[in-house]
Amino acid sequence: MPITVPHMGNLCIPLKAMLEYVGLEVVLPPPCTKRTLSLGTQNSPEFACLPLKINLGNYIEAWELGADTILMAGGLGPCRFGYYAQIQREILLDLGMDMKMVVLEPPDASVKDFLEDIRILANGKSWLTIIKAIQLAWYKARAIDLVDIKLEETRPRQNHWSDADKVFDKFLRQLDRLNEKSEIYRAAEMAVDEMEAIPQDWHYKPIKIAIVGEIYTVLENFVNLGLEKHLGRMGVEAKRSIYLSEWINDHIFKGVLQLKSNKTLRKLASPYLNHFVGGHGWETVGSTVEAARDGADGVIQVAPLTCMPEIVAQAILPEISKDKNIPVMTLYVDEQTGEAGLVTRLEAFVDMIKRRKYIQEVSGK
Amino acid sequence: MIKVGIPRALFYYYYFPLWKDFFQNLGVKVVLSSPTNKNIVNNGVAMAVDEACLPVKLYYGHVLDLADKVDAIFLPRLVSTAHREFICPKFMGLPDMIKSSGIKLPQLIEVDIDLSRNKKAMRKAALEMGKHITGSTIRILKAWNLATISQRQFEYIQRSDGELTPRALELWTEENGNAAREMQQGIPKVALLGHGYNVYDRYVSMDIIHKLQKMGAAVITAENVPDSIIEEEAARLPKRMFWTLGKRQIGAAFHFMKRPDVKGLIHIASFGCGPDSLVGELIERHMRRAKTVPFLFLTIDEHTGQAGIVTRLEAFWDMIEWRDAQCQ
Repeated sequence: MPITVPHMGNLCIPLKAMLEYVGLEVVLPPPCTKRTLSLGTQNSPEFACLPLKINLGNYIEAWELGADTILMAGGLGPCRFGYYAQIQREILLDLGMDMKMVVLEPPDASVKDFLEDIRILANGKSWLTIIKAIQLAWYKARAIDLVDIKLEETRPRQNHWSDADKVFDKFLRQLDRLNEKSEIYRAAEMAVDEMEAIPQDWHYKPIKIAIVGEIYTVLENFVNLGLEKHLGRMGVEAKRSIYLSEWINDHIFKGVLQLKSNKTLRKLASPYLNHFVGGHGWETVGSTVEAARDGADGVIQVAPLTCMPEIVAQAILPEISKDKNIPVMTLYVDEQTGEAGLVTRLEAFVDMIKRRKYIQEVSGK
Repeated sequence: MIKVGIPRALFYYYYFPLWKDFFQNLGVKVVLSSPTNKNIVNNGVAMAVDEACLPVKLYYGHVLDLADKVDAIFLPRLVSTAHREFICPKFMGLPDMIKSSGIKLPQLIEVDIDLSRNKKAMRKAALEMGKHITGSTIRILKAWNLATISQRQFEYIQRSDGELTPRALELWTEENGNAAREMQQGIPKVALLGHGYNVYDRYVSMDIIHKLQKMGAAVITAENVPDSIIEEEAARLPKRMFWTLGKRQIGAAFHFMKRPDVKGLIHIASFGCGPDSLVGELIERHMRRAKTVPFLFLTIDEHTGQAGIVTRLEAFWDMIEWRDAQCQ
């Protein structure tokens, strides 16, 4: 039963570690490429949001490598993500790829199915092994985030534009092989040290832009066309509103245990948005207010085209922009992979922010 | 007398009798926005974000149409109208979106309607709505109870008498319950699936119902299918559908697929509709596997050119007639 998982940023590393710990054979899809995108778009509904299409491309490429089982998360709505697995299963069926889908649904959907899914994933191992496997995945996710945060700080300051990313990629490759907590954190610390050793301008004060929006497009570099790298190259410090381990904590752990999460962000969203709108819409609004409060110079919202919760947020963001006096830009991503358009828009946005800052400094406001 | 405005958009097509009666029973004059016209569409498109779907853009237009005509606008946040189901994320953020739009709004009658966890929440919502008008709990509850009877009548006219929603809305206001059944036996039926606010809005749907009827088809929609059948058919899906409108459509589609008198299915969705992008796909895949009747998928947006729609409908209808002739 070779099992596969869809890509979302670096999520595959902790997931692979967890599944291999309980003795399952893991076949990861190759990293997302234009072929993944083409396979996904050809076979998906036209107006489905982009993550569904890329996921599907991942499954097809994993099938070609011999995977026959998929691990996927579910949900209870109203965001479309909760129905992804159902649609993907139908599409794979029509394509003649009879893959088994293990969908982690919050247990109130069906306790029986939930236990059945856990049983498949546990591979006959004891609860202790399962807990250890989850712990291992968690350490890896945390380690990735530690280095990721350092990466965001280093990118705008480094003298040569790709140094920090090279360190990060090396760290990820190394992390994949480690299986002990102490080793994992030592590797992360070493990567952070290595980044500090990169020749860089320590006096440079970059402008800061918060990246908010739909989680998949924020985390997956392939679909947001390397947004953070482009900003880094322009000398901008990009700060994401959410990191991988936070998503795992909020969506998988708390989702499964039905705990409320992100209370602070939701409080901040008031009075602009007073209700949960599915997906990350509420958090997007809250994060924008938070970014303004924490002194960011601008906010970029990223989302897949036709994403419903983010459209709600997008309609509300101009109000916050006006109130809090912070520039906000919305970027929708879809099947288009041309980077030039993105770079032009980013440059214009960054120039505007720099000009604005300069005027504010000169006029002493 | 206070004038309360109700936008003729979105859930007007599902709950108007309930809302109208409720406010009227409380001694308030209910004012509807004008039927959708070019002006309303243009205003809505100008005010809403580009990425929003047409029905949401229209809602902006309808609210603006009402803004200077009434003392208050009824702007509910429809989170959920059934247990463990939702409508659409955009409905959940709609009041906040409207308030951020910069429209000069009169007083708003806002209320969160969320029956996803607790069915009794409706009574609480009714009290909150009524509070804007009167302080008397008894008066509000009485008005509410009477209004729910109207709503049931309205639904009965659709489900059992088989009337389409616009006609049902007329019949219900005329207060003559026994409608003459227009649907005749033997005429091939075409099932029209889609969200009520797209299907029944004559402007945005390009009057598709009447166009089909003129060609000689009898039109039947998801609202004509009794709730019990919808539940039963939708339960065939391996995972419970959590969108109320999506569930009704897919349940109706499964039901129509089995009916020999339904000769074709048309699914209308607005451009960029989230739930319909998945629900439509499911319907299409199931239809293709069953290979019983032809299926047409129509996307509508701000465009007003009718020729494209007419051509496709004609081609679809020709095919149905041709198939019918082949069978005989």
